[in-house]
Amino acid sequence: MARATDTRVGLYRTVRLIRRFEQRAVDLVDTGDIVGGIHPYTGQEAIAAGVCAALRDDDVITSTHRGHGHVLAKGADPARVLAELAGRDTGLNRGRGGSMHAADFAMGILGANAIVGANAPITVGAAWAARHSGSDRVAVSFFGDGAVNQGVLLESLNLAALWRLPVLFVCENNGYATTLPVGEAVAGTITGRGEAFGIPSVTVDGADPVAVLTAARTAVRRARAGDGPSLIECLAYRFDAHHTWEHRARMRYRSDEEVHSGRLRDPVTIQGARLADAERERVDAEVESTLDEAVAFALAGPHPDPGGALDHLYASGLRPRQGGDH
Amino acid sequence: MPRLSYLKALNRALADELARDPAVFVLGEDVRVGVSYVTAGLAGKFGPERVVDAPLSEQAFTGFATGAALSGLRPVVEFQVPSLLFLVFEQIVNQAHKFSLMTGGQACVPVTYLVTGSGSRTGWAGQHSDHPYSLFAHAGVKTVVPATPADAYGLLATAIRDDDPVVVFAPAGALGVRDDVEYADLVAVPLGVGRVHRPGTQVTVVAIGHLVQDALAVADELAADVSVEVFDPRTVYPFDWDGLAASVGKTGRLVVFDDSNRMCGIGAEVLATAAERFDLHAPPARVCRPDGTVVPFAPALDRAVRPDRDGLATAILKVLNNGRRP
Ligand SMILES: Cc1ncc(C[n+]2csc(CCOP(=O)(O)OP(=O)(O)O)c2C)c(N)n1
Ligand SMILES: [Mg+2]
Repeated sequence: MARATDTRVGLYRTVRLIRRFEQRAVDLVDTGDIVGGIHPYTGQEAIAAGVCAALRDDDVITSTHRGHGHVLAKGADPARVLAELAGRDTGLNRGRGGSMHAADFAMGILGANAIVGANAPITVGAAWAARHSGSDRVAVSFFGDGAVNQGVLLESLNLAALWRLPVLFVCENNGYATTLPVGEAVAGTITGRGEAFGIPSVTVDGADPVAVLTAARTAVRRARAGDGPSLIECLAYRFDAHHTWEHRARMRYRSDEEVHSGRLRDPVTIQGARLADAERERVDAEVESTLDEAVAFALAGPHPDPGGALDHLYASGLRPRQGGDH
Repeated sequence: MPRLSYLKALNRALADELARDPAVFVLGEDVRVGVSYVTAGLAGKFGPERVVDAPLSEQAFTGFATGAALSGLRPVVEFQVPSLLFLVFEQIVNQAHKFSLMTGGQACVPVTYLVTGSGSRTGWAGQHSDHPYSLFAHAGVKTVVPATPADAYGLLATAIRDDDPVVVFAPAGALGVRDDVEYADLVAVPLGVGRVHRPGTQVTVVAIGHLVQDALAVADELAADVSVEVFDPRTVYPFDWDGLAASVGKTGRLVVFDDSNRMCGIGAEVLATAAERFDLHAPPARVCRPDGTVVPFAPALDRAVRPDRDGLATAILKVLNNGRRP
């Protein structure tokens, strides 16, 4: 599949693809084919789809621990993403990255990042490099509500605004940082952080791909015109666990009623309602067959050779000494 | 023949690399004016887009360098204080260093981190006097500590051209060293290749950074009694084990003179590797900072924790006496 497109059907295809990808990935966690679990993106699909549909192929994104949606929406091959989650040599990162580090430089995906907030300055540097090279590429940093309390993110907002860089700061406010509710973590507001640096900041319905797309288009236009960064706070609800370990741990930090009502605003349903039944069913079938192939591809892929465990440690080819007797 | 200063050598390397490769740029605090001198005159020559003054946001601008490097540029980030490296350990070790492997070789991060004036500068006290090159060697980040102006030039040039992150420590204690050298004779020095500054037959002294000059002075002082070979690894990671093996193969005795803390410093690694690999005639020794040193303010206290010439002379004589005090 390619990058999310901004048509009615295109947006639906992407949210549906992400939803079903995540559900199948959870199944593969349960069967033990994916080791280490995942942070499911379920419920937040509209954000990745809406933002990536406003981009060009040569724009770049950085992502988070909850990054499958971003990577898929920017156009990475689902089969190779899944193979990466399964730790296969055929994965995007040759099995060296896993769920939290999926990257596809050919598609402008500079990597998911497992350290909250750490991708923000990388995005700002990429945006500066784009401008430096005379390109009107933009760079997008996806991050959660937890990241807005990281100093490095605030430093990055300052740099991007100061230097009027083509950056979209996309905050996915899903209500929680692991178990900590936003209200108990964030003094002031998320948009207020952007505004403090003079960055145009809006809050949108992160369950509706069209609402996200609209805001993203405005931000992309501003960035390409040389008018600097924007911040978009997308309100969403995380339908599934923080991480799949929670399926077994049964943490009690949100009530069943809350989860139930949170799931009522479902991006797949919202965008699906904009399609005729036959159209929707056709897309669903396409997505399913794409994912059937993806699962087959992922599980058929060879496991990496342990002898190459430290391949690529140095881009220059330097080989480190081994840990044992030598 | 010009008397080339260490700072001028660094300045010259930056100017030459900026002129040679349009992807190179310098980023840091007060680099336009050039308060450390290493960037003096560069902004005037190359412009503010190549010599970029950043706000005091070390974490953001170090992460920014990663993003710019991922986009094809070759940033050189200057730090005014060695302990700022602790502040950006995340951005260097956990981000820049890990990208190549984690992305399965898709990415390289050719950033150079230049610390002008590392180690003690007498009177700068606890938070300005660290010398953490061993920390980066431990983490596997390429790390150089040039001892002379010619090596400072050559290693900085190579660091900038290298496709991996490289930390360049310019010890405060070496900044006063001068070389008689023609500019035209300045050349890139490969990483991981040591240098014998003074040949000898009875004991090898591994001296790092500014301690090379002290080691040469001690070797002179003791010349009537003992023939000392002074081996300067120049790069602490990757270390020139073969070069050291050749030296120790000749002398059979080893003393390490290292401005790291004793515990897990590079000196410890040199002794460990020597114990594993080399045929030593006597127990080796090291002269370094005490465990967990916090450099105290008063000059006498500052001097008391530094590895010094007396300590080295004592260690050399002890090793010659088969590990017993003479
Ligand atoms: C700097 C940092 N601190 C803590 C963690 C552990 N951690 C991983 S995800 C997470 C919660 C992040 O919350 P948020 O940014 O809202 O993203 P979400 O999980 O809701 O998508 C935490 C605390 C981390 N990875 N990085
Ligand atoms: Mg959250």
